[in-house]
Amino acid sequence: MLSQESLSRIDRELEKYPAEQKKSATMSALRIAQEELGWLSDETIAFVADYLGLTAIEVFEVASFYNMYDLAPVGRHKITVCTNLPCALSGGVHAAEYVKQKLGIDFNETTPDGKFTLKEGECMGACGDAPVLLVNNHHMCSWMTPEKIDQMLADLDK
Amino acid sequence: MSAKELILADLDGDRTWRLQDYIKRGGYEALKKVVSGQMSADDIIGEVKKSALRGRGGAGFPTGLKWSFMPRSFPGDKYLACNSDEGEPGTFKDRDILRYNPHTVIEGMTIAAYAMGCSRGYNYIHGEIFETYLRFEEALAEAREAGLLGEKILGSDFSFDLFAHHGYGAYICGEETALLESIEGKKGQPRFKPPFPASFGLYGKPTTINNTETFASIPFIIRDGGETFLNYGKPNNGGTKIFSISGHVNRPGCYEIEMGTPFPELLEMAGGMRGGRKLKGVIPGGSSAPVVPAAIMMDCTMDYDSISKAGSMLGSGAVIVMDESTCMVKALERLSYFYFEESCGQCTPCREGTGWLYRVVHRIEHGKGRQDDLDLLNSVTANIMGRTICALGDAAAMPVQSFVKHFGDEFQYHIDNKKCLVPPEVQYEGSKIYVGPSC
Ligand SMILES: Cc1cc2nc3c(=O)[nH]c(=O)nc-3n(C[C@H](O)[C@H](O)[C@H](O)COP(=O)(O)O)c2cc1C
Ligand code: SF4
Ligand code: FES
Repeated sequence: MLSQESLSRIDRELEKYPAEQKKSATMSALRIAQEELGWLSDETIAFVADYLGLTAIEVFEVASFYNMYDLAPVGRHKITVCTNLPCALSGGVHAAEYVKQKLGIDFNETTPDGKFTLKEGECMGACGDAPVLLVNNHHMCSWMTPEKIDQMLADLDK
Repeated sequence: MSAKELILADLDGDRTWRLQDYIKRGGYEALKKVVSGQMSADDIIGEVKKSALRGRGGAGFPTGLKWSFMPRSFPGDKYLACNSDEGEPGTFKDRDILRYNPHTVIEGMTIAAYAMGCSRGYNYIHGEIFETYLRFEEALAEAREAGLLGEKILGSDFSFDLFAHHGYGAYICGEETALLESIEGKKGQPRFKPPFPASFGLYGKPTTINNTETFASIPFIIRDGGETFLNYGKPNNGGTKIFSISGHVNRPGCYEIEMGTPFPELLEMAGGMRGGRKLKGVIPGGSSAPVVPAAIMMDCTMDYDSISKAGSMLGSGAVIVMDESTCMVKALERLSYFYFEESCGQCTPCREGTGWLYRVVHRIEHGKGRQDDLDLLNSVTANIMGRTICALGDAAAMPVQSFVKHFGDEFQYHIDNKKCLVPPEVQYEGSKIYVGPSC
């Protein structure tokens, strides 16, 4: 189900914890699985559980608790805009509105061509760089003016 | 007074974070001093006590005292955890420390491990800063390669290994016992205390948890002495502190200054008020800290005692600056939504109470407020405060209490007139996309 590369990445994560504490690698294993497969289906969760010697429900509990895991399919690019107060004071909400208008979708929606999903985010610990947004959970973009948003969307669309 | 940088020192120019540059800046000298036997565990803890360093994660607990709670002779592993789960709205200093000076955290943690006899440590890094997590991993690899981590550090008898654990989007994992649960691969739900982590922590073993900036202060304290550190601040408030300034200033960003610096000086360092508008209120210690009206804030100095006298908390040192274009009801509405979203749901007063707070503030903001809503808000907060497992409940209640206390007229205006006191076009102007001169 997961590629050899993903499995060896999970193995490297396992090395960080005492041998009898494999469960500690659950979060990173789910992240790695999501990176490869785009989202976490019940089958993926069961597979990860099996690989770590855990029950599916233990792993599901983790997958459903943390916001950055996607338990339903998302577009090829997930964009999460921070709208919390410190960002909102420097344009976070306006930036989110601009992305909505450009993509023609609201928060928690995906464009009809399946390319983009938009999410509303909480504080990313980067409030001094507002507006900030995350692309596919792992890449942070700072000081997002309309021009930079245009550029970013164009680059992702290539 | 100007900026005084101990943690972010000499990082100007290309801000290089690599091991060799850290060593050029005097890095790892403190660790050498420690593992070569020049200082005993007691000496280290004594020096940290002398420095009056207080936890930089929010609660401000004296670090040396916390370290002395760890059992001395414990058969088996003891753990150390660094809290880099920085998710308190307004706070963005730990990311800068990890991006620009990761080795100072590694060195600080290794010294702490030596002092408390910990064999393993984890740095729990906030989910949204994956790129910073990768950099920290690289820094760890450099340290291991150079014999600064792992077996027999620098040829001594002391072994300690350190790993990075990446979060994945849950504010509550910043709470120290939720953080431990999360490292264990579980939902991040806070534990009942006692037992405290020093007796029952990670995997049930004695564990000490400190904030990133707390650990980052340690190498300086050990190298230059607790006294020197203390003297940069004031009694009971030792050292420098990094303030993350966001909101309506001309240059949002991180500023490391001496504790006790007057707030107006800090404001000036951050470029002053944006567009020349007037200061309305400041949240001086992250979103959980009570808001302070402009006039009181301008008389404060930036240290635990002064901010606490003003009725708020220094917290994480996140200074959220709001000018006269801000609708205080709307500001509170966004914060209340955050706590409602992030409550882990274990305790009824927090789970239900945060929902009530958000819904009532929301209806006031949207012109549907009722005459007794302010009393209702006060009664809901009273029913949350002190009745929950962790401090998130209080963190959700304190902003509500303080906004209603200091800006009650503005709330009442919304209820009476079904609209904002601050005209919409003024609010629009003040919340536009702002790109500061620094970038
Ligand atoms: C809801 C909640 C969130 C917290 N978030 C953080 C955080 O992001 N970073 C942090 O260092 N401490 C956070 N804390 C405080 C920690 O529980 C703990 O006090 C701190 O990490 C101890 O380190 P220190 O003594 O060095 O400050 C949070 C506490 C609560 C109740
Ligand atoms: S106070 Fe809230 S966040 Fe903390 S344990 Fe209780 S329900 Fe969870
Ligand atoms: S509020 Fe947006 S990153 Fe902190």
